[in-house]
Amino acid sequence: MEAAAELGVERAPGPAGRTRISRLHSEAPYLLRPTHPVAAEPVPCWRLVGQAPARVALVAGAGGPLGGDRLSLDIDVGPGAVLVLRAVAATLVLPGPHGQRSYAHVTARVAAGGTLVWLPGPTIAARGCDHHGTTRIDLAPDARLLVREELVLGRTGEQPGTVRQRLRVTVAGVPLHDQELHLGAGAPGWTGPAVTAGCAAVGSLLFVDPTLDVPAAAHLVDVDADSATLPVGHSGRLVTALAVDALALRRRLDLGLCALGPPPLEPAGAPDGDGMNLPARVAALATSG
Amino acid sequence: MPALLLLADGRLPAGGHAHSGGLEPAVELKGVHDVPGLVQFLAGRLTTVGLVAAAFAAATCQVAKDPEVAGPAIAVLDQELEARTASPALRVASRRLGRQLVRAGRTIWPHPLLDELSGAVGRGPHQPVALGVVAAAAGLAPADAALLAAQESIAGPATAAVRLLGLDPVSVHAALARFGPEVTRIAGDGADYATSDPADLPATTAPLLDVLAEHHATWEVRLFAS
Repeated sequence: MEAAAELGVERAPGPAGRTRISRLHSEAPYLLRPTHPVAAEPVPCWRLVGQAPARVALVAGAGGPLGGDRLSLDIDVGPGAVLVLRAVAATLVLPGPHGQRSYAHVTARVAAGGTLVWLPGPTIAARGCDHHGTTRIDLAPDARLLVREELVLGRTGEQPGTVRQRLRVTVAGVPLHDQELHLGAGAPGWTGPAVTAGCAAVGSLLFVDPTLDVPAAAHLVDVDADSATLPVGHSGRLVTALAVDALALRRRLDLGLCALGPPPLEPAGAPDGDGMNLPARVAALATSG
Repeated sequence: MPALLLLADGRLPAGGHAHSGGLEPAVELKGVHDVPGLVQFLAGRLTTVGLVAAAFAAATCQVAKDPEVAGPAIAVLDQELEARTASPALRVASRRLGRQLVRAGRTIWPHPLLDELSGAVGRGPHQPVALGVVAAAAGLAPADAALLAAQESIAGPATAAVRLLGLDPVSVHAALARFGPEVTRIAGDGADYATSDPADLPATTAPLLDVLAEHHATWEVRLFAS
């Protein structure tokens, strides 16, 4: 199966301009559906509610990807526009009938003053799969980004096939962050103590906000050495985590996100804040998708 | 090829002996305590950061042979490798090793590019980039640089294991010898990127090495610098 979906958003003129969808092209299995807010805002300090973002859900219109599939999603965030794109469910990567590889490419451009929040569900690598996923995002120098990646190696009790998941983020073409997870049957030593130490769920959360001045020494590590928050350039942070399963991984990443950035500027309960204190925000994030 | 043997020798005064490649925190926090555990550690290291190091060493060695483009091309490769090194502790360690290698290399194999790199203010180049330039200065080919980087990605931690765990050095070397075919494969894969667009070079990462390196950097007492 080949599919190429496209999504573009732009900000309406005026000081309180809403972000509207300017281009929306779905191709099964990538179905794009405009939505209303359902979960807590992913980044409280960004106060996205007050900026009238476009919200879109990515719904899988078919199983897979299966071996042989080539799927792509192209995202354009215009100047000053705000897009919150979430996937509705996890993606189960399965082998195809002829042993071919499957590909899923996401490309995104975020223009000056734009914001992209991209929260796909976990990618679950089933037995026998051979999958290449790539996400390439180019940001304008003052654009903001939150992107999450979660990889689950096999369903319960299952040995996974081979999966590659690469995330490359550039700022005006200059590389900021480029990491590829290559795990599973075709990656010697992946369960070893240098790579995952047997953890079945691996993920990261990349947060870029040029208004945030990250002190060089601001890295945090948990006591068990299963997650760390690392500075990325001058304006970003990476939460990287490993866990026994997808749920525990999501909790680790959400906790890392909660520890990021300054608190909301307005007092709790202000009209465009989420009105939650930190524990409530942690609880909301742990269950949001 | 005497130059290849000299560069591969652990006695080369370039500071490598002070680094464990993440093995020291893996011993403490992830229970590496014997040769089989070490082999698992090395296998993961070789196929992730070992491949990246091999590709960047090969690509740097390739551009270092062309004085017309070498300077800016090396800077681009260094920037690409920086984006592939998530842990600040590992960035510091890699640049420190790079600077030491450039310093040793320019005395052993004098070359204008090494003078240029050592004269640059501030930080040294990342270690695989430095290795690529030194290999070119020593008259070696990109494939040699890739082989050096791949072998070094496991030889350093293996030597550290002997000191950290008191493992039998002969058994550890036997394990290294069994990695031979895999080192050859990774070096070959890395060398295939010698003429690629720097953006397309591999970026395979070992998530635990990043987390462990940050943990290790907070220790008050440690045997190795990284």
